[in-house]
Amino acid sequence: MTSLHWAVFAPFILAIFVPLLYKWFRGIHTGWFILFLPVLLFTYFANFISVTMQGQSVTKSAAWIPSLKIEVDFYVDGLSLLFSLLITGIGALVILYSIFYLSKDKEKLNQFYVYLLLFMGAMLGVVLSDNLIVLYMFWEFTSVSSFLLIGYWNEREKSRYGALKSMIITVLGGLSMLGGFTLLYFMGETFSIRTLVSQSGNLFEHSLFIPALLLILLGAFTKSAQFPFHIWLPDAMEAPTPVSAYLHSATMVKAGIYLVARLSPIFAESGVWLWLVSAVGLLTLFWGSFSAIKQTDLKGILAYSTVSQLGLIMSLLGLGAAALHYENLDDNIFMAATVAAIFHLINHATFKGSLFMAAGIIDHETGTRDIRRLGGLMPFMPITFTITVIGGFSMAGLPPFNGFLSKEMFFTSMVNVLQLDIFNLETWGLLFPVIAWVASIFTFIYSMILVFKTFTGKAQLEKLERKPHEAPIGMLISPVILASLVIIFGIFPNLLSATLIEPAVSSIQPALADHDFHVHIAFWHGWTTELKMTLGVVLIGGILYITLAKWKGIYDLLPSRLSLNGLYDGTLSVIDKGTSLLSEKVMTGSIRRYLIYIFLFFFVVLGISLFQKDAFQLDTNNLAPIGIFELILAAAMVIGSISILFAKSRLTSIIILGAVGYTVSLFFVLFRAPDLALTQLVIETISVALFLLCFYHLPKLSSRKEERMTFKLNNALVSIGVGTVVTLIALSAHSQKLFDSISSFYLENAYKEAGGKNVVNVILVDFRGLDTMFEITVLAIAALGIFAMIRLRLTRRNDQP
Amino acid sequence: MKNDLILQTITKVAVFIILLFSISIFLGGHYSPGGGFVGGLMTSAAIVLLLLAYDLKTVANILPVDYKLVIGAGLLIAALTVAGAMLFNVPMMTHAYNYFDLPILGKTSLHTAVLFDLGVYLVVVGVTMTIIQTIGEDE
Repeated sequence: MTSLHWAVFAPFILAIFVPLLYKWFRGIHTGWFILFLPVLLFTYFANFISVTMQGQSVTKSAAWIPSLKIEVDFYVDGLSLLFSLLITGIGALVILYSIFYLSKDKEKLNQFYVYLLLFMGAMLGVVLSDNLIVLYMFWEFTSVSSFLLIGYWNEREKSRYGALKSMIITVLGGLSMLGGFTLLYFMGETFSIRTLVSQSGNLFEHSLFIPALLLILLGAFTKSAQFPFHIWLPDAMEAPTPVSAYLHSATMVKAGIYLVARLSPIFAESGVWLWLVSAVGLLTLFWGSFSAIKQTDLKGILAYSTVSQLGLIMSLLGLGAAALHYENLDDNIFMAATVAAIFHLINHATFKGSLFMAAGIIDHETGTRDIRRLGGLMPFMPITFTITVIGGFSMAGLPPFNGFLSKEMFFTSMVNVLQLDIFNLETWGLLFPVIAWVASIFTFIYSMILVFKTFTGKAQLEKLERKPHEAPIGMLISPVILASLVIIFGIFPNLLSATLIEPAVSSIQPALADHDFHVHIAFWHGWTTELKMTLGVVLIGGILYITLAKWKGIYDLLPSRLSLNGLYDGTLSVIDKGTSLLSEKVMTGSIRRYLIYIFLFFFVVLGISLFQKDAFQLDTNNLAPIGIFELILAAAMVIGSISILFAKSRLTSIIILGAVGYTVSLFFVLFRAPDLALTQLVIETISVALFLLCFYHLPKLSSRKEERMTFKLNNALVSIGVGTVVTLIALSAHSQKLFDSISSFYLENAYKEAGGKNVVNVILVDFRGLDTMFEITVLAIAALGIFAMIRLRLTRRNDQP
Repeated sequence: MKNDLILQTITKVAVFIILLFSISIFLGGHYSPGGGFVGGLMTSAAIVLLLLAYDLKTVANILPVDYKLVIGAGLLIAALTVAGAMLFNVPMMTHAYNYFDLPILGKTSLHTAVLFDLGVYLVVVGVTMTIIQTIGEDE
C-alpha cells in the first residue's frame, strides 16, 4: 500500500465512519466532516502536475491476486491526473454545495454521504487503475453507487424508475465491457493497459480485435450516454441536484470518455474505431441538442445538453485517432482534435457543473424547475442569474468564455476532416462539419432558452410555491468558483495547456512526438473559417430563438410512442410478458406434462446420440437358445402388461399387475435365481396388498367414475418412442461386451474367502455389504416416513384449530 | 362378532411353523437360498397372520414390541458390524469367520456376516410391521 493506494481507498474508509459521525454529531451537518477529504485529495493530486508536465508517469503496485495476474496497479499520467483533479475538485465543490442544499433535519444524510464517497472512490479507481479487471471492478462500483444516488429519494416512483433504468443500461454495457477486456487478455496475455498498448501492433492483426473493440465501445457508450443509450440520463435527473451536478455532468458520464481516450492507443489503428466513435459522437451531439429544445424542465434541458456535449467530446476523440495514420506529416492537424476533446472536457465540467448548481438553486428557492412557470427571476436572484449567463453563454460557445475556444477548436477539427483520405472519409467527410454546425445552432438555442426563459420576461409569482429570493451564500460559493473558472480558462487558456492538456494528449497519443501541438493551443486568434461558422451559429441561432414559438410545432410531429424511451419501456414489458407467458406455458403445474418433457428429452437425447455416434449394433452370436417355458412366460407378461392398459376397473389393473409380478418371479425361478424369486414373491404380495388398501380408500365421487384410460396420441407416441430407444440400447449394449464378466471371481472365492456357499448372499453381506447397509437405511427411512405422514397430519390439525 | 375359531386355532399352529421356517431361512442364508431379507419378511408374515386372526390390541399384548425401536436396533447392529472391523486395523466391513467346538452343536462355523444379516433381519421385520401397523391403526 503506497500513498496513491491510500488516496484511492480513503473515500471508502471514510464512508465506513460516516454513519458514526452522523449519529454522534447530530447538531453539525455531516457534510462538513466529509468536505476535507476531497480538498486533501485535490492538493495531493495537484502535486503530480510537476511530474506529468515533464512527460513522466508514476506507477504504484500492490498485489491482489498475483496468480491470475490481477494486481492493484495505479498509474498516474496526464490523462488520469486530469480526471483525478476533476473528480476531487468538483467533488469538493459539490459536497460544499450539498451542505446547504440538503437539510440536515429532513434528509438521510448518512446514506447520502456514504453513497457519494463510495462513488468518489470508485471513480478515482476507474481513472487510476492500470489493470483492466480492477478497472472493471471500480467501473461497476460507480454503476452501483450511482444507482443508489439516483434512487436517493426512494419513496418517489420516478426516482426508482430512473435508478433502475440507469442500472440496467450501464450494467448491460459494463458486462459487455468485461467481455471485451477478457478478449484483450486472450490477445495480449496481460491485463495491464500499458503492456497492451506496447503490443498494440500485434493486437491489430488478431482475429478477436474487432469483437473486443465493439464490446468495449458498447461499455463506453452506455456509460457516457451516447446514442441510443442516452435515455437513462434524463431520467437520472430525479436524483438530488448535487448528484446530478457531480455524476451526470462532470464525472461518471465521462468514465466512458476516459475509457475511449485510455484505450485509443490500442484501437485507434482500426478504421472501425474511428468511424464508430466519431459517427456515434456526432449523432449523439445532434440528437441531444435537438431534443434539449423541447424540454420544459431545467434539469431536462441540462441532461440532454450533457448528452450532446458528451457526443461532441466523443466525436473529437474519434477523429483524434486519425492522427495515428499521418505520422509523417510535418503539421499534424488531426492532433488538434484530441486537444480540443481534452479542452472541452475540462470546460464542460466547469460550466455544466455551475449550470446544474444554478438550476438546483432555482428549484430550491422557487419550488419548481418548469420553465413555463419560471420567468423574470433576474431581480430576485442576481447572482444566480450571472452564473447562469456565464455558464449558458459558455455552453453556447460565445466569447470570451472557455466554451468559445473549445467550440472553435471543434470546428477546426471538423473542417479538417475534409482533408482526410482514409476509410472512405473523402466521400462522407463533408457530413461532419455540416452536422456539427447544425448541432451547434441547436446548442445555441437551448442555451438561450435556459438563460432568458428563466430570468427575463414577466415574473409569474402566483404560480410559484414560495416567493423567490437569492440563495444563501454557502450555496453560491461552488457555482461562483466554477463560473470564475469558466472566465479564467476563457481568457487565459494557456494556464491549462502546458499543465494539464499536453500531458493528457500525450498519454492518448503516446506514439507521436509532442513538439507539434504546443502551437495549436496557443493559436486561438485569426480570421478563419471557424470564426465565420460561429458567426453563422449566432446569427441563425438568434433568429431561430426569436421565432421559436412558430416552429416549435415540429416536435409534435414526432410520434411520442416511437421514441427511444418507448422502445426501452416496450422492450422491458415484452421481456416481462414474454417470460411470464413462457413460464405459464411450460410450467403448467401438471405432472403429466413434466413427465412428457422428461421422457421426450430422454428419447431425443438418447436416440440422437445412439445414431449420431453410430453406436447401434446387433450381434446374434452370443445369444442363448430360447426354450418353450421362456416363450410362454414372455407371452404371459406381454399380454398382462397390455391388458392393464385396457382394463376398465382399477381392481382388474391391480390384479393383473400382481400377475405380472408373479410371472417375473417365475422368470427368476427359470433363470435359476432362488433368492430373487423368494423375495419377489413376498414383495409382490405386499405391494399388491398396499395397492388394494390405497384404492379401497379413494373417495367415491361422481367425477371418480371408473373409466377406461382415454387414448392420447402424444402419450402413445412418447411411450412407444421411449420403449424403442431402451430396447435398441439394451440390444446394442448386449452385442458389444468389451470385457469378461467379473462374476467368475465371486464363484471361485465365495467359499474360499468368505466361508459361504450361497454366492448371492455372500455378495450381499460380505463382498458388497456396504450397499446392503444403505439399502436397509432406505427401508428404515421409508417406514418412518409412512409413520410420520399418517400420524402427524400437520395440515389437517392446522385446519381445525 | 363372528366366530373365527377355525382360523384362530390353525393360526396358533401355523405361526410357529412359519416362524421356524423363517429362522431356518435366515440362519441358512450363507449356504442355501435365503438370508436376512427373506427371513425378516417371513417373520413379519407370521405376525401378519396373527393380526388377521386376532385384532391389533391382542397382538400388541402378545408381542409388546415397538417396531420402530426394532428398526433402530437392526440399523445399530449392522452399523456396528461394519465399523467394528476397523478396531482390528482392517478396512471396515471386513468379516471374519472360524470353526469352534461348541457344546451340543459340536464343531460349528461362526461368521460375523451373520451379525450383519441379523441387522438386516431386524430392520426388515421392523419396517414391514411399522408400515402395516400404522396403516392398520389409521382410520
